[in-house]
Amino acid sequence: MVSVQKDADATLTRHRSGGEPVLEVEDLKMYFPVKSSGLVRRTVGHVQAVDGVSFQVPAGGALGLVGESGCGKSTTGRLITRLHDPTSGAIRFEGTDLAKLSPRQMKPMRRDVQMIFQDPFSSLNPRHTVGAIVSSPLVTHDMVPKNKVLSRVQELLEVVGLNPEHYNRYPNEFSGGQRQRIGIARALALQPKLLVADEPVSALDVSIQAQVVNLLDDLQKEFGIAFLFIAHDLAVVRHFCPEVAVMYLGKIVEIADRETLYNRPHHPYTQALLSAVPDVRQAAVGGRRERIRIEGDVPSPINPPSGCRFRTRCPLAKEICARVEPPLMQIGRRHKVACHFPGELGKHPEEPVTARLLGVDDQGSPDPGGSPTDLGNPPGFADTWFDLDKRQMAGATSRSTTQDAG
Amino acid sequence: MSTDTGVTTGAAGAAAAGERLLEVEHLTVKFPTADGLVNAVTDLSYGVARGKTLGIVGESGSGKSVSSMAVLGLHDPRRTRIEGSIRVDGQEVIGLSEAKLRRIRGNSAAMIFQDALASLHPFYRVGKQLSEAYAAHHPKASARDARRKAIEMLDLVGIPQPDRRVDDFPHQFSGGMRQRAMIAMGLINDPSLLIADEPTTALDVTVQAQILDLLGDLQREFDSAIIIITHDLGVIAEMADEVLVMYAGRAVEYGATRELLTHPEMPYTWGLLSSVPDVSGDVDARLLPIPGNPPSLLDPPSGCSFHPRCVHRDKVPGDLCTTTIPDLSPGGRGPGHLKRCHLADPERIYATEILPEIAPDLADGAPAAPAAAPTNKEA
Repeated sequence: MVSVQKDADATLTRHRSGGEPVLEVEDLKMYFPVKSSGLVRRTVGHVQAVDGVSFQVPAGGALGLVGESGCGKSTTGRLITRLHDPTSGAIRFEGTDLAKLSPRQMKPMRRDVQMIFQDPFSSLNPRHTVGAIVSSPLVTHDMVPKNKVLSRVQELLEVVGLNPEHYNRYPNEFSGGQRQRIGIARALALQPKLLVADEPVSALDVSIQAQVVNLLDDLQKEFGIAFLFIAHDLAVVRHFCPEVAVMYLGKIVEIADRETLYNRPHHPYTQALLSAVPDVRQAAVGGRRERIRIEGDVPSPINPPSGCRFRTRCPLAKEICARVEPPLMQIGRRHKVACHFPGELGKHPEEPVTARLLGVDDQGSPDPGGSPTDLGNPPGFADTWFDLDKRQMAGATSRSTTQDAG
Repeated sequence: MSTDTGVTTGAAGAAAAGERLLEVEHLTVKFPTADGLVNAVTDLSYGVARGKTLGIVGESGSGKSVSSMAVLGLHDPRRTRIEGSIRVDGQEVIGLSEAKLRRIRGNSAAMIFQDALASLHPFYRVGKQLSEAYAAHHPKASARDARRKAIEMLDLVGIPQPDRRVDDFPHQFSGGMRQRAMIAMGLINDPSLLIADEPTTALDVTVQAQILDLLGDLQREFDSAIIIITHDLGVIAEMADEVLVMYAGRAVEYGATRELLTHPEMPYTWGLLSSVPDVSGDVDARLLPIPGNPPSLLDPPSGCSFHPRCVHRDKVPGDLCTTTIPDLSPGGRGPGHLKRCHLADPERIYATEILPEIAPDLADGAPAAPAAAPTNKEA
């Protein structure tokens, strides 16, 4: 356990020193057209599934992507593996922008970026043997000579904890957890540098989930694979990822290292999400846990609310939230939040902290004297950030008072 | 000392079996198939009182849904062999004719299914489906009465603008709203027993919290008995008064929620607790999965059905685990807490081997915490 702690520290130091991110996503957008019915199918609107998402995944690290269904987390994963073509934005994998590659140019990149799918029943072809499933990426990408394919397949099956003698069985002969292992073996066949895991355990039984999470944990340590871990289960994400991003309706509302996000979340949505998770430890107290209730459902991404997208369900929403969209603002060393009133639970500020940065007054109307600052939407973290207590820019060094926000 | 009081209350509840709304005794359900006889449920006994909630936990295939479907007589009698006794409000359900079962279904006992989209008819308006359920048990009610009742129920479960949404089709509802509509349909005839089969599994956590709150509110209002079937121990911890842990068709542990989840005595329950990460737990604590897979119910293992996956088997003398099925009997913590295990001193193993692994922060204070908890309740 001590060594794990050391590893975590090492990853953190690498982050801090601005270590190489293996994947950098900047202002990624995916708008699906909505067509009218009838003979001439005109585009009548767009589902803004992913709308301006930026993040980094460090080499050998793991970023968790959480949110409710329909928030665009799976679409983000599918964009990175180029299963969809993004509307705009950049997906830089080791410096190459995947978003602009043609399918032919994309092929060699697929070796490095692989995906694990959610449903172990529909993601394996029932008419192919396990050997054929796991070997097909090897053959497609010419990874090993033909006579070595079988031994490599057996090796892979062993790595994921399956009996290597079972290569000639069909998927229906395996249980859910074992099938998920087959999917993992297929993803590992090309020795990827980045694995996009889209809800890898949510279709599995509780006791099997832990087996698969532990397997992914071991694989990451052994092969140094970076993970983009997409899940709705906050506890599993917390267990697996040192850094976590929370999405709501196509946007990242808060991104931070695990300790900050789970212990000191600043966005009201993150706070509500965390308080909604039922806790086994509640058994010692009895009854329902005190929680923040958010009413209603997620609004439609075809016609999202103006300003802040969470405002329709937010207990803190004020006038400014409907008028101006809060920028994803860095408020700590590794902590960004998109809210006009960010703060720990019960300590949200009365006045919007973002008003001056955006050049508006406290109600969100344009302020003639204000000078808006363009914060942009950079994927990484900067060395300076907006200090919420002092209401000014602060930095990692002691020169925190030299810069002003305006 | 105060712990004992808690246990005796549980025992008193068990003793006063006559007051229980639902009483399941020695229920055995078998399905003859081409491959042989599937022993889906074996010798299962439990009960729920009015206003109380029973949580049933277990993996898929542990028989939790099969047993609760038997309560509503949903198994085809030609393809099922059911033995034992199920009494709903004193009425024996097993062997009842289809016509009489219908009078119970939806009226005194109702069920909420996991997948609300699949359980609502896609061609009929939500209001129509609700009022049909009402009219079925109120033959004298006019169509207008039934519609009014449907709107009233939709309002009760928190659907906005119920007088307009009543004419929507199921696909126009969101996942959470569909589940609410299912609950409305289940409650439309004021059943005294509500069986919720994984009511929130397909939902997001925020919606899950809304639905669980709703179930709790409705239970207080109607004083109904609820059975919640789930695999999420967190839901159990917050909702249930009693817990039944099932494995391979049998009850393996049964007791009051607080008692059972703070002092589990069966290795399978330990496994369930240790294989789920905790939102507030230690991130470095490794998950301890239960090795292997659930057994086939066609050919259940000899002896204790959990023995092939049990890591504590070597602590039992001889080959007891592989030859003899342990009884569901009270452990060292009083008659209110039943467990099916041969381990002689499970409490010590849990405190010294399991708890430090899954919750190091609780392990130190473990002896103090349970003693303190019931005291709070009395105060």
